Amino acid sequence: MIELREVHKHFGPVRAVDGVSLRIAPGSLTALIGASGSGKSTLLRLINRLVEYDSGQILLDGRDIRDGPPEALRRRIGYVIQSIGLFPHWTVARNIGAVPLLLGWPARQIARRVDELLTLLGLDPAAYRGRYPHQLSGGQQQRVGVARALAARPAVLLMDEPFGALDPLTRQSLQQALAQLQQSLGSTIVLVTHDIDEALRLGGRLVLLDQGRIVQAGTPAQLLTEPVSARVTDFLGRATLGQRLLGLRRVAEILRCGELADGVPLQPEQSLQDALAAFLARRVQRLPVADAQGRPLGAIHFIDLLQDPR
Amino acid sequence: MQQPVLACLLVGLLGALLGLPWLNIAPNRLLSGQGVPLHTVLAGTFWWLLAPLAVLTVAVWLPARRALHAVCAAAAAVLLVGLLAGAGAAAARQAGALPALARVSLGAGCWLALLLAWAAYADALARVAAGRWAQAGAHLLLLLTLAGLLAGGALDSLSLLKEYANRQAVFQAALWRHAQIVGAALAPALLIGLPLGAAAARRPRLARPLFALLNLIQTLPSIALFGLLIGPLAWLGQVWPGSGVQGIGLLPAAIALTLYALLPVVHGMTSGLQQVPTAVIEAATGMGMGSRQRFWQVALPLALPVLLSGLRLTGVQLVGLAVVAALIGAGGLGAIIFQGLLSSALDLVLLGVLPVVALGLAVDAGFNLLALTLAKALVPRAP
Repeated sequence: MIELREVHKHFGPVRAVDGVSLRIAPGSLTALIGASGSGKSTLLRLINRLVEYDSGQILLDGRDIRDGPPEALRRRIGYVIQSIGLFPHWTVARNIGAVPLLLGWPARQIARRVDELLTLLGLDPAAYRGRYPHQLSGGQQQRVGVARALAARPAVLLMDEPFGALDPLTRQSLQQALAQLQQSLGSTIVLVTHDIDEALRLGGRLVLLDQGRIVQAGTPAQLLTEPVSARVTDFLGRATLGQRLLGLRRVAEILRCGELADGVPLQPEQSLQDALAAFLARRVQRLPVADAQGRPLGAIHFIDLLQDPR
Repeated sequence: MQQPVLACLLVGLLGALLGLPWLNIAPNRLLSGQGVPLHTVLAGTFWWLLAPLAVLTVAVWLPARRALHAVCAAAAAVLLVGLLAGAGAAAARQAGALPALARVSLGAGCWLALLLAWAAYADALARVAAGRWAQAGAHLLLLLTLAGLLAGGALDSLSLLKEYANRQAVFQAALWRHAQIVGAALAPALLIGLPLGAAAARRPRLARPLFALLNLIQTLPSIALFGLLIGPLAWLGQVWPGSGVQGIGLLPAAIALTLYALLPVVHGMTSGLQQVPTAVIEAATGMGMGSRQRFWQVALPLALPVLLSGLRLTGVQLVGLAVVAALIGAGGLGAIIFQGLLSSALDLVLLGVLPVVALGLAVDAGFNLLALTLAKALVPRAP
């Protein structure tokens, strides 16, 4: 668990982080969101001491992060940045094995861990472990970047706009991979993003920052439906708020079992935002729903989109 | 016409061979001689030199192929070696008919033709597009052939080699001394410059005044700097008699050249470290590397290509600057050059200059090979 108590950080006259208190539960995914200059990146970098705070306290698993040298702390925390920062003169395997090597793992264990992580992130170990970063696409590079951050099984993973520089398709596939990873590994992830859709898609807890202060923290639904101020609504996008709310809900919620409808079926785990798009594109009132194997489950009605969530 | 570069070189080559004197014959080593054109010298034995010329002329009109370039390279090499050997043989023949004091030296046409033939060789080699190692090997092969020519005595009748024969011991001592001066300047320049450069890359506040100072030193004429050092060092020698410190000799030369070498060394280190992507450094820090690990494992390897090109520049510059050190009694090849200049014996000047050029090229090639090896080991390119 990470706990921040009244943390302040000033850069000259600028209050980058201005009295932030926050508890981040183990195994949770927390997205720090906010406009540029809201202090979200600084807040993230306070946790692994890339930036040292002026006052307050930060605890990691109950221990003050200032106990001991920063290097030891950082080796327990995975760190992923937008510009990836793979070492260009090292192979993929050596990049991923960097932290285990710093921690003095035996070579054979490192090699095993590297292959394990490559597989986990959807890269064939035999094909990729010997390659150099410049031989990889941007998406593959960031997969390696994530693998490198996870290498020494850190309790916490910090990600600073990790997918910001990737094209939309690659970004979505990496977001999916990250969501799956988080579920299977149960690591605590703190992620900075200015992409509100990314924050909503990854779910978890949102912390909206403005001028170094927390404006509101809570689930996506809470921020969308019970904003504490107009700023929250503004940031989440007033015009597209309805669509974003639908984006949080699944087709399964409004499924009428047993009914039939014509057309290409949707799947129950798709979001209602997708369903809305399908209704509009096909100009129909009803859409069929089927499971992954194509067996019909039922149908959804356009009118049901307007219901309050159950 | 398919090979414009080769055509230009060939026109220059023919112009040099036909229009400029091939050999110079002077009554003694100090007087300037009379030019002798190519055709009067070739006389029978070396007419076959026209063959590689003919090959190159035909090649100008043929479409570019690897095989063609290989043939051109071979022709240029044969031409180069043949020109030199021919000049040597012609000089030997002339010398037999001339008084003992008379000197036969290479004329402007010969020098220019040799240079252009080498350029044609290098150009053709580059177009063969073999690996850089193969190219280096080919250049080395030609150099060895020329060295063989020299060692075999084929050029002994040329004035330059007569000067060498007269001063063999002096020359060898001067060459060794020259290398010593360069080494004595390079070692401290590296010892001081590399840490300074690393520090300057981290602290811009140090970098600005440091580079201002180093630039200032660079603008001082070398002779002035030598002169400025004579006073304090002579004084130091007086107050500390056992130390062997003197105002003239190797020590002031080494100090002055070290000062000159500092700028390129520091600059190479600083700019090498500064072009390492910040993301890479941030990632290294963020994963828990200490500052030493970060420097040795990440920053330095990535800075090395730029650093090495800076060091190459330094080495070449030092080889040239060490010539001037002869003026304050440090010796070296500069001593031979200045002796030649003062007695207006042009071939003696050449005897000093040519090894300086050769040393410079050798240092350049050495650093290039080093950079090539390290680049392969550190920052591999796509296969």
